[in-house]
Amino acid sequence: MPDLLLELFSEEIPARMQARASEDLRRLVTDALVEAGLTYAAAGAYATPRRLTLALEGLSAQSPTVTEERKGPRTDAPEKALEGFLRATGLTKDQLEARDDKKGQVWFAKVTKTGRPAAEIVAEVVPQVVRNFPWPKSMRWGAGSLRWVRPLHSILCILSDEAGATVVPFDVDGIASGDTTEGHRFMAPGRIKVTAFEDYEAKLRAAKVILDPQARADAIWHDATNLAFAAGLEVVEDRGLLAEVAGLVEWPVVLMGEIGADFLDLPPEVLRTSMKEHQKFFSVRNPASGRIERFVTVANRETTDHGATILAGNQKVLSARLSDAKFFWDNDLRVAKAGMDDWTEALKSVTFERRLGSVADRVERIADLSAEIAPLIGADPEQARTAARIAKADLHSEMVFEFPELQGTMGRYYAEAAGHPPEIAAVAQEHYQPLGPSDAVPTAPLSVAVALAEKIDTLTGFWAIDEKPTGSKDPFALRRAALGVIRILVDNHLRLRLYPLIDRQIVRHKITIHRPRAGDGVIDTLEEIVDEIAHHGVFGSAFRAVLDRLREAGTSHDLSDGSVLHTVGERVPDLSTDLLAFFHDRLKVHLRAEEIGHDVIDAALSKPPVDDLALVVSRARALQDFLRTPEGENLVQGYRRAANILAQAEEKDGVEYRFGADLKFAETEEERALFAALETATARIAPALEAEEFAAAMGHMAALRGPIDAFFEAVQVNADNQILRRNRLNLLHQIVQTCEQVADLGKLSG
Amino acid sequence: MPNAPDPDAMPDAEKTTRPRSFQEIILRLQRYWAEKGCAIMQPYDMEVGAGTFHPATTLRSLGSKPWAAAYVQPSRRPTDGRYGENPNRLQHYYQYQVLIKPSPPDLQDLYLGSLAAIGIDLDIHDIRFVEDDWESPTLGAWGLGWEVWCDGMEVSQFTYFQQVGGHDCHPVSGELTYGLERLAMYVLGIDHVMDMPFNDPDAPIALSYGDVFRQTEEEYSRHNFDAAETEMLLRHFEDAEAECQRLLAEPHDDPRTGKRIVLAHPAYDQCIKASHLFNLLDARGVISVTERQAYIGRVRALAKLCADAFVATEAGGWTGEAA
Repeated sequence: MPDLLLELFSEEIPARMQARASEDLRRLVTDALVEAGLTYAAAGAYATPRRLTLALEGLSAQSPTVTEERKGPRTDAPEKALEGFLRATGLTKDQLEARDDKKGQVWFAKVTKTGRPAAEIVAEVVPQVVRNFPWPKSMRWGAGSLRWVRPLHSILCILSDEAGATVVPFDVDGIASGDTTEGHRFMAPGRIKVTAFEDYEAKLRAAKVILDPQARADAIWHDATNLAFAAGLEVVEDRGLLAEVAGLVEWPVVLMGEIGADFLDLPPEVLRTSMKEHQKFFSVRNPASGRIERFVTVANRETTDHGATILAGNQKVLSARLSDAKFFWDNDLRVAKAGMDDWTEALKSVTFERRLGSVADRVERIADLSAEIAPLIGADPEQARTAARIAKADLHSEMVFEFPELQGTMGRYYAEAAGHPPEIAAVAQEHYQPLGPSDAVPTAPLSVAVALAEKIDTLTGFWAIDEKPTGSKDPFALRRAALGVIRILVDNHLRLRLYPLIDRQIVRHKITIHRPRAGDGVIDTLEEIVDEIAHHGVFGSAFRAVLDRLREAGTSHDLSDGSVLHTVGERVPDLSTDLLAFFHDRLKVHLRAEEIGHDVIDAALSKPPVDDLALVVSRARALQDFLRTPEGENLVQGYRRAANILAQAEEKDGVEYRFGADLKFAETEEERALFAALETATARIAPALEAEEFAAAMGHMAALRGPIDAFFEAVQVNADNQILRRNRLNLLHQIVQTCEQVADLGKLSG
Repeated sequence: MPNAPDPDAMPDAEKTTRPRSFQEIILRLQRYWAEKGCAIMQPYDMEVGAGTFHPATTLRSLGSKPWAAAYVQPSRRPTDGRYGENPNRLQHYYQYQVLIKPSPPDLQDLYLGSLAAIGIDLDIHDIRFVEDDWESPTLGAWGLGWEVWCDGMEVSQFTYFQQVGGHDCHPVSGELTYGLERLAMYVLGIDHVMDMPFNDPDAPIALSYGDVFRQTEEEYSRHNFDAAETEMLLRHFEDAEAECQRLLAEPHDDPRTGKRIVLAHPAYDQCIKASHLFNLLDARGVISVTERQAYIGRVRALAKLCADAFVATEAGGWTGEAA
């Protein structure tokens, strides 16, 4: 059982591609070897900036010889068919055997595939894999046509066993396989000959290359935390950065340096971002003060001066970078202290989206909606408006221009500098939240109001211009925005109706979109409709009310097909319904984590109001919990039985049995007991529903399970006596109706 | 060069390897790449945004003929003007450019040799090749490579050209670009570009970078941001575009000489002009975000036409068979 060692040695591979590439190499080579009939015991894949390495242990020395029988044409088939079969099998006619088959006499061939030595298979597989490697981006170099991520220089490929190592001979576009590699570019130049994986790994280490990326990452983290600890400090953890840095070095040497005193007062986020983005430095924090006081950089080599020159150079570059950052910070603070008007003014000339106007337009829309949401959730409308207006001012600051990822974070600092109270300043940062499924949701009322308004404005805007997400394409992150709204509402259990908010914001977008071509009167009318939505709840009736009023006042608008008002009037309700359906879809995805089924949510969505997502979720959770109990399961069975019998009878008779089950026609004890139980349950369910205590309501329903089971046990529903039958069917309807009060159990999948 | 330091005459070992002025770094690069067999060319005599625009790079990276050239190229980025006040931002600066086609297998080593030649001791510095893919939307060009870091500072751009002017590069050229001021400031240990010695600091008339360029940075900053006449620039842009297209529409056979003379380079000059005029208009702030893309697209269309024309010339590998 030999071991295989393969190394593809190239110029520097981008750090972000290394992990994926080593895994692809492992998968592609092992798949192809197994396909060719070889087996192996274990596989290890590694990457450094200059090499991808695969080590296979216990590879079969050769593939097995396989004999298979293949069926050919019938013996009376045309000569052509037989010729084709002979060609395909590589046999002659006298080697075939004629046997009876279902359809007559047929030719059979015995084809033997002789086993091949592993080296031969490897020599075929590796060039194939190299030529078709799935790099995210690849290139040609020199005068050749081979593609690799960067120029490929050498290929090491050996099979080794007790007898020693042999090169697997092949050639890829002029690169012949061999048994040598190179060590560290600067510390150990020159070729190294290796005989097996252990020898390879050890010789590389001696040549200042740590092969395993995880070992490099561990070494970096170990040394960095030790250095920081010795100085009474701690390294700010950043796994993404650690993996990236481990992909930039073959021989990591950790150095810790000082941040100039001039820069220590910069906000920690600025220090961290500048150091990470530009220099790939780790931040080192004083645990007592939380301030970032030093940095850790990872060099790719040892030097005779123990890194002094390298550290001095890095420190100098950092000073230049931080001088820029400090320059931006000082300039920005000046604008902020003057009230940030320069920025809010400048946002008028920044396009948000061609059709949806400028960022300033968007900010105004968000401010209006925030002020409307605020009183619904216990925030002050005017504070909400103010907070919304300044929340995006930092988009025009120099710092955010340089570091877009600091948007919001800087906004908060600048709003405080402008003299706004902390709860308003916090909105600048928190209104973007949640940024992803694991990010926190805002809880402060002001932040919630603006965060909701910001996301609803985004969603309604892109709905208004028909830029909805399709398949895997979601360039404006609308799914994330919808999930954000859902999480804010559900996690804070905020009871809000979305329709009025969506309707208002769609009309506001329509105003932005149509302003250039609509007359002033039309815009005024649209603005009036927005105001009316608060009173009417939805767009449709507000629209009709305003138009009626105008008609009475003798003002007439163009309402013909193609007019602005006609288009707006037609489309807004459809868009709202469609957008709410999108929310419901996202809700189903979101609740999957709680193992709440789609059918359970559909059942909950059968009860109005469906635009109050927190309520929908309460229903769905109560129902799902109930279904997990034996009572729930049984009740649903009883419900189904009742619903099925009822549906069959209604179908057959062509009438609906919906009214008037009467106790006086009850014949059996079980019937009377069910009547009584339904009455008791109904009386108890009503107040529970009133209080939105869905679990309690379902508990009262569960009490029906016994009487329903007993009823079906004792009573023949489809009795010969038509009066009894009708009464019992009406009683079944009462069961169904009672059980559907929290959610439509009929929507549950079997 | 009567005042250039003679390395052999210097007693201090440190001084034998470290250059003392901006121009000495340029001279050492010139000598190094000349020794490595490059044709040392002179700057192109037109305003360009980067060394890549020199026809010795853009056009010569096309077609199958081998090529090796190195040169200094004054480059202009009107929006980067800071009136000479910023320590390392200039609207006019120098790039050192090397282009070798096909890219030699030891190009990384050759490059590292050039760093040693300008006094960077490879035994005590940390040189890193960090992923950075290059793309020029105006030239319809892209390539893969790295920015080269020395102790955390970017000192060069290293690119394997894959496409130029919409044409696949076959063979592939290796391109090295050194930002000379920044590199020199690093090697010389200077914090503000204007303080950098331009010639030898011990020369009888020692000149700093500021002595040479501070005033022009002021003048051009004012010009680029406020004074340049935008109506005229817009007109010139249109003219350059039309002229480029007209030249390329001329028949390949010259009526006067009867020879095949394709006007690839004269047309490319107009493309360069259009590109620089666009940069000026951009600095004047008269191009909106949406228009920006359209202008870039127009320059790219010219670059592609010029690339098409160049590959139909002898230098571009045309042999007559394809025609």
